Amino acid sequence: MTCRRRFGWYLGFGCVVWMTAASAAEPPPNSCLECHHAMEEQTRGPATLFLESDVHGQRGLSCADCHGGDPTSSDPMVAMDPSQGFLGKPTIAETPQFCARCHADPAYMRKYNPNLPTDQYAKYLTSQHGKRLGQGEADVAVCTSCHGVHGIRSKKDPLSPVFPTNIPGTCASCHTDAELMDRHGLPVNQHWEYSQSVHGQALLFRGDRAAPHCASCHGSHEAARPGAIAVGNVCAQCHALTRDLFAASPHKAAHESLGLPECEVCHGNHLIRKPTDEMLGVGPDAVCIGCHEPGSAGYASAQQMREAVERVKAQIAGAEATVKQAGRLGMDVSEAEFELREAETKLTQTRAYVHAFSPSALQPIAEEGQRHARAAEEHGVAAIHEFHFRREGLWITLAVLGLLIAGLLLWIRDLERSDAARPPTPPSPPASP
Amino acid sequence: MCPKEFVSRRAFLRYLLKGGVLALFGAAFYPVARYLAPPRLSEVTVSSVVAAKVGELATNTARIFRFGNRPAILVNTPYGDLRAFSAVCTHLNCTVQYNEEASGIWCACHNGKFDLNGQVVSGPPPRPLEAYQVHVRGDEIVVSKS
Amino acid sequence: MRLQDRLAAFFRARYQLGGLIEFTSHKTVPLHRHTIWYYWGGATLLLIGVQIASGLLLLLYYRPSAETAFESVRFLMTRVEFGWLVRSVHAWAANLAIFSAMVHLASTFFLKAYRPPRELTWVSGVCLLFLLMGFGFTGYLLPWNTLAFFATKVGTEIAGVVPYVGPLTQTLLRGGSDVGDLTLTRFFWLHIAVLPVGLLALMGLHLFMIQLQGMSKPLSVKDERSIPFFPNFFLRDLLVWVIVLGVILGLAVYWPATLGDKADPFAPTPVGIQPEWYFLWMFQTLKLIPGHLFGIEGELIAVASTTAAAGLLVLVPWLDQPARRGRSHWMVWAAGVLAMAYVIGTTGYAVWTSAHP
Repeated sequence: MTCRRRFGWYLGFGCVVWMTAASAAEPPPNSCLECHHAMEEQTRGPATLFLESDVHGQRGLSCADCHGGDPTSSDPMVAMDPSQGFLGKPTIAETPQFCARCHADPAYMRKYNPNLPTDQYAKYLTSQHGKRLGQGEADVAVCTSCHGVHGIRSKKDPLSPVFPTNIPGTCASCHTDAELMDRHGLPVNQHWEYSQSVHGQALLFRGDRAAPHCASCHGSHEAARPGAIAVGNVCAQCHALTRDLFAASPHKAAHESLGLPECEVCHGNHLIRKPTDEMLGVGPDAVCIGCHEPGSAGYASAQQMREAVERVKAQIAGAEATVKQAGRLGMDVSEAEFELREAETKLTQTRAYVHAFSPSALQPIAEEGQRHARAAEEHGVAAIHEFHFRREGLWITLAVLGLLIAGLLLWIRDLERSDAARPPTPPSPPASP
Repeated sequence: MCPKEFVSRRAFLRYLLKGGVLALFGAAFYPVARYLAPPRLSEVTVSSVVAAKVGELATNTARIFRFGNRPAILVNTPYGDLRAFSAVCTHLNCTVQYNEEASGIWCACHNGKFDLNGQVVSGPPPRPLEAYQVHVRGDEIVVSKS
Repeated sequence: MRLQDRLAAFFRARYQLGGLIEFTSHKTVPLHRHTIWYYWGGATLLLIGVQIASGLLLLLYYRPSAETAFESVRFLMTRVEFGWLVRSVHAWAANLAIFSAMVHLASTFFLKAYRPPRELTWVSGVCLLFLLMGFGFTGYLLPWNTLAFFATKVGTEIAGVVPYVGPLTQTLLRGGSDVGDLTLTRFFWLHIAVLPVGLLALMGLHLFMIQLQGMSKPLSVKDERSIPFFPNFFLRDLLVWVIVLGVILGLAVYWPATLGDKADPFAPTPVGIQPEWYFLWMFQTLKLIPGHLFGIEGELIAVASTTAAAGLLVLVPWLDQPARRGRSHWMVWAAGVLAMAYVIGTTGYAVWTSAHP
């Protein structure tokens, strides 16, 4: 008690000195910032950070709007008097409630940012983080764990920890902590897996902000695991067509009855790699054979679908080689390239229609792709033919010219021989003097 | 009468030259004749192309046309203005099409949807479609890269 | 009577061709170790003929405007049957025409064929070479591709540094302050209307004078031998023409003309912009001369010295006084060798710098 009081006196003394030095204090006076600025690093930090980058500061809020107290008084005892509403530093458990005083109040929030939802606290209570906090576990994520404390930036600010490209790292700051995750019985490899996945590569390495991050599937404030059946709906946020095809396919009922997590069964969850054609069919890397045994109808379908895909691919590869060769020969292949693009489109579509899990849905598209590839091939062959036609035409023409040269040479020789046979005529008078 | 050997030599020379000249004319005439013949295909250009004739495209319809070696889409919106975009979906390069019911652009491969400004509405496409400029010149609708 | 005899009789009865036929039958060409140089004029004539023929064909599809020029050439190259051949032949024959005209000029210079009474033949020949270069400069822009666009921009920029008349010439050439649609129209007009008229007139004069005066014999040749112009020399000329035709076709098929990208006036100037090879020596001179020399702008010096060189070239028949008196002087020979070495050297240097940036 004495210690604290003495500290208070020091503070007061420091304030007086500081205020005399900067006598022209601008309105409105904010004794919190003034005093905390004058103090040693540890206590000055929050004030500096708040002034530099906090979105609340930028919108005109001040220390007292969160922490309470009376910023007009330069007396620390008055300014930070708990009886006058000074709240001080909230504990971890208090934090969500602390922020929700404003952020769950639509009338208050409308004054500052009408666009911002006010259901974060309600959602948080439904999240795994919120539930565990409610059960008295103090080592869970609260608002400040993700958003920061005094330097809270807007989520649109690229430096914010909740900016899309920063989210995986922010989540990982706890979810890779083995000791912490061990206490909650959770694995720690999700971030590693995600960063290897097609989504993680797109977001983290190519900076493609359209790629999903942790919160895209798990939710942000309401963060939780999607249930087995909900997995399909989560993926369908982007992969709508494949989801629709799946929902209409025989797999839907099978997954439901077996309680299987739909997309995840073949594609995985955090470590979703770019799907390959090898996943389809009955080869060693095929996922189909995990459930469908040789001799079954599903096994045959898988084989047929893979064959259809391979047929388009082979046709395209052949056409591509021909068109490339024609291009290397300097021929115009824009028409063939156009057809190739169409064939590639159909190949992509064929791959998507694998999710109907029925060869009859996929084969017409595959055949269309083959048709386009054949057209490209024909263009390429015609171009190569034209190239050889040009060269052959040249050599035939050169042969004609050679014939003419030979004829002319013989004629000249003949002419001059008969001239020489005649008696020499006196040379005509030269025109030049 | 000249010696037989001499005549045949002269005659051979004459045939050689006449044949050569004739063949040369043929070799020159053939390409020129083919050159003068009207080409089979209409003009295809890269930086601007005639996508359609005015009045050819009803409102709330669209057509795919070739723009260089890539497809592009010309849309006559329900409000009657013409817009053109690259028809290459930004997701996996499929060719998009027009959806009359929704008055939007749609990619059949993975159900990517774009609005009539080329912006992504839903589905996997990460970026909007590249927009082109549309000009009406006489009775031709000309699309060019901006 | 055979058809050709009847035709001959028809014309003979109506026109006084006797003198002309008499003249041709007596015309001879000196035969000596330098006779080979007499063929280069004929080769240039053939190449100009090829240019006229292929140029007429190109006009069928070419559309002279900034909007359509590139597209129409592209269309010609890819969609029109043998369009690639016509354009490639036109491009190659243009280069070969200038090359063979240059060889013709050099051989005429060193054999001193400009001696009286052939001064005007020389002057008309030099003017013809300038015209051919004008054809090259204006024709280069017509496909409206990036390379041509910027080469023209730089080329017309140089015209602007000439005091007094420069800015006016530049504006007239460009049809405005910058290279654009109007420039293309003007260059097209020059290329297919103005220059051809001048070329045909001057070429007619040049050929007429040669026919009238016959071939000149070099001072050093004492040989009195000669061959009849018709048919002996004419057949040899034909032989050269057939060979040249073969060369053009071979070049056109194996190295067809390329098109590149359409000119974008707002794009930054690409690196390594160079004019056609026959302008390279001037281009390199411009680069070699420092920005300022004796208080005068370097560009101006380059333009002035090039103009002076052109003037000197025209006046060679009067500058070479010893030749007028039938003697050959080593200084004239040395001047010719030096000029040729300079042009070849700077051209080679320019090619080397573009290959080793």
